[in-house]
Amino acid sequence: MTKKTSQAASKRAKTKTAGGAKKSTASSLSRDEKIKLYRDMVRIRRFEERSLHAYQQGKIGGFLHLYIGQEAIAVATASLMKENDHIITAYRDHGQALSVGMTMNECMAELYGKFTGCSKGKGGSMHFFAPEKRYWGGHGIVGGQTPLGAGIAFALKYKKVEGCCLCLLGDGAVNQGAYHESLNLAALWNLPVIYVIENNRYSMGTSQKRSSAGAPLARRAEGYDMEWEVIDGSSVYEIRDKLAPFMDRAREEQIPAVVEIQTYRYRGHSVADANHEKYRSKKEIENYKKNHDPIMLFQRTLQKEGILKEAAIEEIDREAKKEAADSAKFADESPLPPEEEIFTDVYWEVDHKTGRNHGRLFFND
Amino acid sequence: MPQLTYRKALNEAFAEEIERDENVVLIGEEIAEYNGAYKVTEGLHARFGDRRVMDTPISEAGFCGLGIGASMLGIRPVIELMFWSFSYVAFDQLFNNAATVRYMSGGLLNVPIVVRGPANGGTNVGATHSHTPENFAAYTPGLKVVCPATAYDAKGLMKTAIRDNDPVFVMENTLLYGQKWEVPEEEYLIPLGKADVKREGSDVSLIAHGRCAITCLEAAEKLKEEHDIDAEVLDLRSIRPLDQDAILETVRKTNRAVLVEENKPFCGTAAQIAALIQEHAFDHLDAPVKRVSALDAPQIYSKPLEDEMIPNVRRIIKAVQEIT
Ligand SMILES: Cc1ncc(C[n+]2csc(CCOP(=O)(O)OP(=O)(O)O)c2C)c(N)n1
Ligand SMILES: [Mg+2]
Repeated sequence: MTKKTSQAASKRAKTKTAGGAKKSTASSLSRDEKIKLYRDMVRIRRFEERSLHAYQQGKIGGFLHLYIGQEAIAVATASLMKENDHIITAYRDHGQALSVGMTMNECMAELYGKFTGCSKGKGGSMHFFAPEKRYWGGHGIVGGQTPLGAGIAFALKYKKVEGCCLCLLGDGAVNQGAYHESLNLAALWNLPVIYVIENNRYSMGTSQKRSSAGAPLARRAEGYDMEWEVIDGSSVYEIRDKLAPFMDRAREEQIPAVVEIQTYRYRGHSVADANHEKYRSKKEIENYKKNHDPIMLFQRTLQKEGILKEAAIEEIDREAKKEAADSAKFADESPLPPEEEIFTDVYWEVDHKTGRNHGRLFFND
Repeated sequence: MPQLTYRKALNEAFAEEIERDENVVLIGEEIAEYNGAYKVTEGLHARFGDRRVMDTPISEAGFCGLGIGASMLGIRPVIELMFWSFSYVAFDQLFNNAATVRYMSGGLLNVPIVVRGPANGGTNVGATHSHTPENFAAYTPGLKVVCPATAYDAKGLMKTAIRDNDPVFVMENTLLYGQKWEVPEEEYLIPLGKADVKREGSDVSLIAHGRCAITCLEAAEKLKEEHDIDAEVLDLRSIRPLDQDAILETVRKTNRAVLVEENKPFCGTAAQIAALIQEHAFDHLDAPVKRVSALDAPQIYSKPLEDEMIPNVRRIIKAVQEIT
């Protein structure tokens, strides 16, 4: 196999020849499916805005990492998932949660630390999970999810299930050793995992240039003989069209890959990052909002396709705002976890009262 | 005496040590251009430049290990972990390399590093970000562990830690960074292993470290006002070296001890102290030694429950009442 050099923009997955070239998203998706993609992006944004408001009201504390600006990645990745596909991400996890079908109510309630939250108020913003939707979190430690992604792919392969795992990480996370170990394992053992780098150009206040040697980041895959690609994250269609062949190959041939999706976050790293206009210019932020906003661009695309009318745009937005406001009300009115809940969900054995083992597990007195 | 925040006191310690010793360098995530995730290093990059204050990528194992390696040639890295919770990513470097190379080289090497950052719960961020590994570190021969409770202690202990020739892990607290205490303008050092009686009392000894010492002071005031119990508060300041003499002395004085820690109970710091007390001051005890530790489960996110999980005034008073 010949190695491509740095000038190569990508090392593409060979498109399958059997059955002819895959249709592009624009032609393969139904009208309803397209509107759902659009609606979900709007829902994510309105959810995030509402949660920010709740944070400012003091109803939510701790860390809140907003996904605003990156919505196309969440909806595009989730929309490509087939019944045996799985997804796992870092702490900027609300967008993926809503995209895979978690409800605003359970997500907002989790942010509020309420018992009705998706993790009963035990995990918080960074730790959402929905295994029944094949969404494995929600991980607060940078890079911590990357070996798990390989492990999920390992399990699929071991069980001879035709599926793949999308493992999302940030541009800052690529410098963790665990990620590199994962790439090597994935390539060495032919695991059906696709690492999706959401490159929003910054890890907290550090630009890609100041943290990572070599670009594009996905090119590091070459060191492991893996395929890779860089994708424009402002276009839902483009993400789908370019990611889909990698997922096909992962499912069918157990070939891992790395894709880097270029995107941008409009807000600070977390709500606590008040000075995000210090390490990046207002002009830069404005440029993304004005010219690369994934929701605005997709709206235009759908308008051009004649699928989305002005009235529908307004209605979708109104509904999303209402859904978000309702979720905040739901969260507000929900109960806190009862105190005895502190000691449930620690051990499977205790929760299921198996009585199989002896000895103490908890040491409070 | 001027009042300084805990954060500023640490900041002054770094500045003074950077100026004093050409080999002192600060490294860590977001500590230079961003001035620190918690602004502890604010202004130091602007003042001392890239050579002395360096931003790292998110590579805890890499930069902790790099610091250890550099220290073997006499550099004195002060390595910031944005949270001590992230030390788990660098566990091998910190708990294997830093702790043992001196021993395994038969004393040929030493590792004069400081690893520092906040290690606390109570901030509503969930289990992955709320670890308090002072007991892990103290468990490990070769490592030293310091947990300052006030701005004064933070500065004096940090300067000593930087001059120490062994690896010293300094565990700070995000909830203390903004609080103020008196800090003298003239230079001072606080030796490691010297506990501090932060409040004199005669009925019971509250023994704690880090922010728990402050919580104990609050509890002591309330015990006095509402229950007429006069509690002594002993702040350990460092866990290893541990001021065993001071612990035994206060127990011999009050004959009762409540140990307060943010560690979980199983093999937490207080478990070791309780063992020492029963071994060396058994005859002086009028009641069993009590522990108030963090509740024995991963840190819960939900804030009102988390506040019950870590030691608070209510739980300390309850423990005191059980033995007085
Ligand atoms: C091991 C570890 N180190 C540091 C942090 C603190 N931290 C949280 S997010 C972050 C930046 C990550 O940036 P990136 O990977 O680009 O993801 P983004 O936040 O841009 O989505 C840092 C340093 C952490 N959570 N875990
Ligand atoms: Mg980033």
